[in-house]
Amino acid sequence: MVTTLSGIEELVWERLSLIPDPEIPVISILELGIVRDVHYDGEMLEIIITPTYTGCPAMNLFVAEIKAAMHDQGFDNLKVTTVYSPAWTTDLIPADAMERLKKYGIAPPVKGSDDPFAPPPAIHCPHCGSEHTNLVSQFGATACKSLYTCNDCKEPFEYFKHF
Amino acid sequence: MTTNQALFQYCLRLGDTNLILGHRLSEMCSRGPMLEEDIALTNFALDHIGQAEALLQYAGKLEGKGRSEDDLSYLRNVEEFENFRLVEQPNTDFAYVIARQFLVDVYQCLLYQKMQKSSDETLAGMGSRFLKESTYHLRHTSGWMERLGLGTDESKRRIQQAINDLWPYTPEMLSVRPYEKELTAQGIIPDAEEIALDWLVQVVRVLSRSGLHKPQDVVVPPPSTHSDHLVRMLAEMQYLQRTYPDARW
Ligand SMILES: [Zn+2]
Repeated sequence: MVTTLSGIEELVWERLSLIPDPEIPVISILELGIVRDVHYDGEMLEIIITPTYTGCPAMNLFVAEIKAAMHDQGFDNLKVTTVYSPAWTTDLIPADAMERLKKYGIAPPVKGSDDPFAPPPAIHCPHCGSEHTNLVSQFGATACKSLYTCNDCKEPFEYFKHF
Repeated sequence: MTTNQALFQYCLRLGDTNLILGHRLSEMCSRGPMLEEDIALTNFALDHIGQAEALLQYAGKLEGKGRSEDDLSYLRNVEEFENFRLVEQPNTDFAYVIARQFLVDVYQCLLYQKMQKSSDETLAGMGSRFLKESTYHLRHTSGWMERLGLGTDESKRRIQQAINDLWPYTPEMLSVRPYEKELTAQGIIPDAEEIALDWLVQVVRVLSRSGLHKPQDVVVPPPSTHSDHLVRMLAEMQYLQRTYPDARW
């Protein structure tokens, strides 16, 4: 039985690591990097999150999933706080989660130039690795992904945009 | 004017611009020329409304009178809106939607790029977040500028016409408000004069790559008034909250 406050916070982190991203189930919301901090003072549990990009329609879903998971653990006095700074970035996604994305058929985010006027980086096909790919649509089934096709294996694929 | 009051005005100007542009773009939902474009434009709308939410929330906090982002959006009159005149212009046709968006995208990319370095932590965080969104917008619209400019005679004529008609609204977008000077000197907000210079360079670069030209003979509309287009948009946008105050669902 865990009784210390920091021990309870650790359990919360562990439980959060089991919540999958609702749109990309091969990575967890922890790997996605939206949870910034967890505080437990013996009465109230506060989870501090940062939104992905501003207009992300999945944000409310993330919050609902976190609340449901914590209620299941018996935390009824729960507050989810949103902070905007420092901004969320896909650079926080760990390397093994990136590999899982690729196996799942989604090309992982590629960090291009910081200059908004520079051309976008080349995106490799997650199926055959080719860099001869074409952007079909900047926005795919969800706003965080673009649609590509591979000129070599001819397969279509999704690209998780870099933010 | 205190620093907080000046920064409130500034956030209102940027927040209103995003709110009105986002609302204009949302009018394109189910009216895009093809499915991919429909999805793209509505995603742009979401981004801009998200940016407006963050900026207006911060504005309300700076003002200190307890007004939320919803209060600021729904319960102000047309003359209190600070948005760029450019973004309230109607979706005349696809060329106007793209031209308007392109002119704003270049501006916002430059603005947010510099805003990341603000001494104000909240603005800096918003700058780096918004920059990534605006970079995607700009890639999309500069691609369309090229395709329309280098496409058929008709597409070229119509995108050039849209640029010509919207150009007179750009000086107002690029102008520096009196309250900005002190904030810029303190490193809180970007230098608008620098942005204006860079804006012209980047816009002209894309125009010439697209076989289009920068319009001449600019007639500046009176900067202190909004168009009837905004009056009509607000009437629709604010109708529910005005008719049923505090309505929730
Ligand atoms: Zn391939």
